[in-house]
Amino acid sequence: MAFRKSSAISLSRPNWAVYGALVAVLVGSLFPLYYTLLIGSGDSSTVTDPNLSFWPAGNFLSNASAVISNPAVNFWKALGNSIIVSTTVGLSTVILSTLAGFAFAKLRFKGSGPMFAAVIGTMVVPVQLGVVPLYILMSKFGWTGSLGAVILPALVTAFGVFWMTQYLQQSLPTELIEAARVDGCNLLRTFWYIAVPAARPAAAMLFLFTFVAAWNNFLWPLIILDQSNPTLPLALSLLQANFFVDYSLVLAGVMLATIPLLLLFIFAGRQLVSGIMAGAVKG
Amino acid sequence: MATTDLEPVTETRRTLMRQRLGRWDQKASPYAYIAPFFVVFAVFGLFPIVYTAVISLMDWDTIRNSGEFIGFDNFTYVLQDRKFWLALRNTFSIFLLSAVPQVLVAMFIAAMLDHQLRARTFWRMGVLVPYVVMPVAVGIIFSKLFADQSGLFNHWLGLVGIDPVGWHKQVLPSHFAIATMVNFRWTGYNALIFLAAMQAIPRDLYEAAAIDGAGALRRFVSVTIPQIRPTMIFVIITSTIGGLQIFDEPRMFDTTGTGGADQQWLTITMYMYNVGFGNLDFGRASAIAWLLFLIILVISLINLFITRKFIKSDSSGGK
Repeated sequence: MAFRKSSAISLSRPNWAVYGALVAVLVGSLFPLYYTLLIGSGDSSTVTDPNLSFWPAGNFLSNASAVISNPAVNFWKALGNSIIVSTTVGLSTVILSTLAGFAFAKLRFKGSGPMFAAVIGTMVVPVQLGVVPLYILMSKFGWTGSLGAVILPALVTAFGVFWMTQYLQQSLPTELIEAARVDGCNLLRTFWYIAVPAARPAAAMLFLFTFVAAWNNFLWPLIILDQSNPTLPLALSLLQANFFVDYSLVLAGVMLATIPLLLLFIFAGRQLVSGIMAGAVKG
Repeated sequence: MATTDLEPVTETRRTLMRQRLGRWDQKASPYAYIAPFFVVFAVFGLFPIVYTAVISLMDWDTIRNSGEFIGFDNFTYVLQDRKFWLALRNTFSIFLLSAVPQVLVAMFIAAMLDHQLRARTFWRMGVLVPYVVMPVAVGIIFSKLFADQSGLFNHWLGLVGIDPVGWHKQVLPSHFAIATMVNFRWTGYNALIFLAAMQAIPRDLYEAAAIDGAGALRRFVSVTIPQIRPTMIFVIITSTIGGLQIFDEPRMFDTTGTGGADQQWLTITMYMYNVGFGNLDFGRASAIAWLLFLIILVISLINLFITRKFIKSDSSGGK
């Protein structure tokens, strides 16, 4: 017994090669951001400098304020819009996906199998390709240029439903739901008091992923929003179009636009990553 | 409903009523819970896709917001346009250059993370960092790293004696550069999905394999891969659907967003965007969208079929 236990542990004990590979991956992950900081803190000649210094120069703040104060870029408005859109889309996706996931994972109802297959099937539908009619629809309603036109189509995703269903199937004991039913608890209460607490780690992860996806979304906002009311990706593309002669400004703007999600990641990433992993191990 | 003094008869009636309500709740509520997804999908997903097919048969007037049926003229036009075929070539080339290495490397990273690491949360967060960088930002950053003149990558190549590569001039190098952006963003994300699946594998399976004399590689091939099969199919299919619609990175690869002077890196979604919202030809753009939709559908089905077969034959007798 003791032998088997120790051998099981030594199976997954990492050696130097594992750490070496992970360090390489980490360097690859962070290098482009560091490069952005290097160029963004230099001046217009830094981007073409063959002897790029390893340490950032001191111009980041002045470059950043040049970007922020440029009216064509509309930075604060873009930041505010991105926060509004991503938060709304993230919350609604989590709520609606958890509800649907609870139903698919733990409730018996006619047609649940085919309907879940339909949800997975819709993931094959490249929704992004419907932009022409979607644009016509939005302009008929007079919603072009408004954030609502960006939020509405993203209220819930097939991925979210799939994700929550899978998670709840694994982590929510069916006996608990049966017990609640026998005790006369209605389904909505069962959902709230039993499914939601169990779903929390996966819901947090889904929120992060959805938030990030909404934050990064480019094609549809590019079509439906205009320069006066942009989201951050849109503002960045304007920045590149306006300042392409001075890349220290462009990359300072890129860094500036990346910082909010990096901050979110520093604060939320740890709990979310460990939460989802803990959930997966349980299953 | 709120009766205060209860005769035995109303008592049972109330119980019956509650039971009936309860049964109704159990029966109907699930549909209410899944309804929002289907409504959103129907209005903003299915309807637009179907209506795209209708518009693709029309000469659409964007000012009057109505169209006139012209049969398959838009499709004929698009299929005879050299740009469409170039875009198709580019899209597939970029997709293959990203998807294949990405899945392999993601599995490798996941296998590395699936050890008893020190500071494991740190490593897991580390691989996920690129995912929070906007594709638009990634596009701008890498377009400078891959700059033809005095870009950092060409500089590094020069240090080992390789001539500068025309990343923005030649076809394959531009695809490689764009695939690199995609891989940068998605490899770590997929690695964590694989890791979650790997961690769900019962450890005694590895133990048994080790006792049977299987080495690390053998354990990975015979235990890990069959066990994460559903996850692999999921990742492959989603990366196909996303990969074939690639837009952000190639659009940001230069300042004009037109896909290069000779359409070296024009993708189908870029082509659709340029025709639809640059030339305001909604009919032709819809035809392009539908062609891409059909391509994705076919590829996804083939994908599903092959991965199922391939992985199943690998794990015969596994379960």
